[in-house]
Amino acid sequence: MMQQLHKGHLGRDSSPGAQGEHKQDKRMLAATIQDRAFKHISLLAALAVLALVVVIVYQLTTNAWEAISRYRLGFVLSSVWDPVFHDYGALPFVFGTVVSSLLALLIAVPLSLGVAIFLSEIATAKLRRPIIFLVEVLASIPSVIYGLWGIFVLVPLVRQSQPFFQRWFGFLPIFQGPPFGYSLLAAAIILAIMIIPTITSLSRDALAAVPNHQREASYALGASHWETIKNVVLPYNKSGIIAAVMLGLGRALGETMAVTMVIGNMPQISASLFMPAQTMASLIANEFGEAVSPLHVSALMEIGLLLFLVTLLINVLAKFLTTRTKHKGVQK
Amino acid sequence: MNKRRKLTDKLMTILPILSVLITILPLISISVYLVYKGVQYLNVQFLTELPKPVGQPGGGMANSIVGSGIVVGLAGLIGVPIAVLAGIYLAEYGRKTKLAAVVRFFADVLQGVPSIVIGIVAYAVVVIPMGSFSAVAGAAALAMMLIPFLTRTTEEALLTVPQDVKEAGLALGQPQWRVVLGIVLRSARGPIMTGVMLGIARIAGETAPLLFTALNNRFWHNGLNGPISTLTVQIYNYAISPFTDWNGQAWSGALVLVLLVTGLNILVRTLARSRYSERS
Repeated sequence: MMQQLHKGHLGRDSSPGAQGEHKQDKRMLAATIQDRAFKHISLLAALAVLALVVVIVYQLTTNAWEAISRYRLGFVLSSVWDPVFHDYGALPFVFGTVVSSLLALLIAVPLSLGVAIFLSEIATAKLRRPIIFLVEVLASIPSVIYGLWGIFVLVPLVRQSQPFFQRWFGFLPIFQGPPFGYSLLAAAIILAIMIIPTITSLSRDALAAVPNHQREASYALGASHWETIKNVVLPYNKSGIIAAVMLGLGRALGETMAVTMVIGNMPQISASLFMPAQTMASLIANEFGEAVSPLHVSALMEIGLLLFLVTLLINVLAKFLTTRTKHKGVQK
Repeated sequence: MNKRRKLTDKLMTILPILSVLITILPLISISVYLVYKGVQYLNVQFLTELPKPVGQPGGGMANSIVGSGIVVGLAGLIGVPIAVLAGIYLAEYGRKTKLAAVVRFFADVLQGVPSIVIGIVAYAVVVIPMGSFSAVAGAAALAMMLIPFLTRTTEEALLTVPQDVKEAGLALGQPQWRVVLGIVLRSARGPIMTGVMLGIARIAGETAPLLFTALNNRFWHNGLNGPISTLTVQIYNYAISPFTDWNGQAWSGALVLVLLVTGLNILVRTLARSRYSERS
């Protein structure tokens, strides 16, 4: 439509006579060529985004091919990671990644939902703005600074708290082991702090999408403030909240620096929260620079590929969930 | 309402307040440590000198601060034009096409890809063919992180420009590309600049994509084709080192990083604001 509009334009300074018309035709032709060129340049840039996806998948797959074809499914089932004897299995890292991320969710989800509920249901407008700002600041801190704080503040705190847990709950295997400080627990706590802003802001959006008449109807039925939140507000946009949690999980799974700095980096599967472990991302950060043998590099690339695929899947699912809620909102 | 329901109501509404307090606690702790520990090694020497060898006190992170500026600036030079053009395509030319929908989808999904994965891909694409770790490779990795984010921000910014403004431009006989660049992009430059700054601030804090691309350097960089030190990688190396001197410098580096990133943010925001008020 827009192109038709400009094709039918009249030159502002068009002079009468054949020469003027000729000039104008030429200018119009030039404009059409420039238009086409600009459109194609912008198209090329848009295609670059898709090329990025292709490059990532292609490079990870081809570089990981040696490890993929050698170990096949056994790669994620074997718990031996031995660069000296060229034997690579990813199980300890899958364990470390999954457990640290799930523990992080366990801490972060209740807190984030609490903050989101506070912001959308309880806080006055005056209080809301500074708290949103603080949560945004929390999101903007570089992960290496979280790691730095983790090493010098959080890890000593975890180390000092361990005797307490052992004294009272020492019969549970999750609290046993020597007090290193660098541990699965430290990683989970730091991940929780890092994903709270993500889950909070997205679930706040989800709660904000709940129409006010729903709340009013609940109050009219005699429900209390909390009963309204629990029975009406939270269930109304469940998929939005689930999407928020999933995006938080996606972030936790791929987080590298902060985790690498506090988890202790030992490829082991241990029941204790206080034992060092290692995640897929922290393994790459630690070993990729020193990997010499092609198989070692290839195994690390395969870990990267797995990480990519898992986070991709989670993000795609979360995206479908949020678009579904959007449609639901339109219908109502 | 009976007593028990009243009590649960009170108790349960306290929980959200409690979670706000718990959430803000780490932020306070980080800020306090950042300032308290950061100022201890922060001096002129720290900002102007190269790192000293192990055991010698003093030295600074001048090369890392400059290096971060170079790598991030280069990433912006690569990423911003591509992202803005891609955003223009999504908002103006291909708005309702299937291709635009696919690009939009992947631009969103790419934002969730772990930065370490981007790092090893950039290693495979740039470092191996070039035969060396380099500032260019680091910039390429950061640009890969910037483009998806900025493409979507640009698109959203352009969509806020009213249709009548565009049509007015076309009615004056302007070719479409001039309307897009001269009118649409110009009217949306405020939100686009904010997006650029947010994106730059985000990639300036990245460490993982630089570990195997820009690597690190204890000296001044030697051209853009060689390894270069960046503030984030240097903070990481110093933080995990066993030397208290280096640990202290890591805190100072962290303070500088935060000040630079937030300072840049505030500066651009106020600049943009004063420009607007001048115009209107």
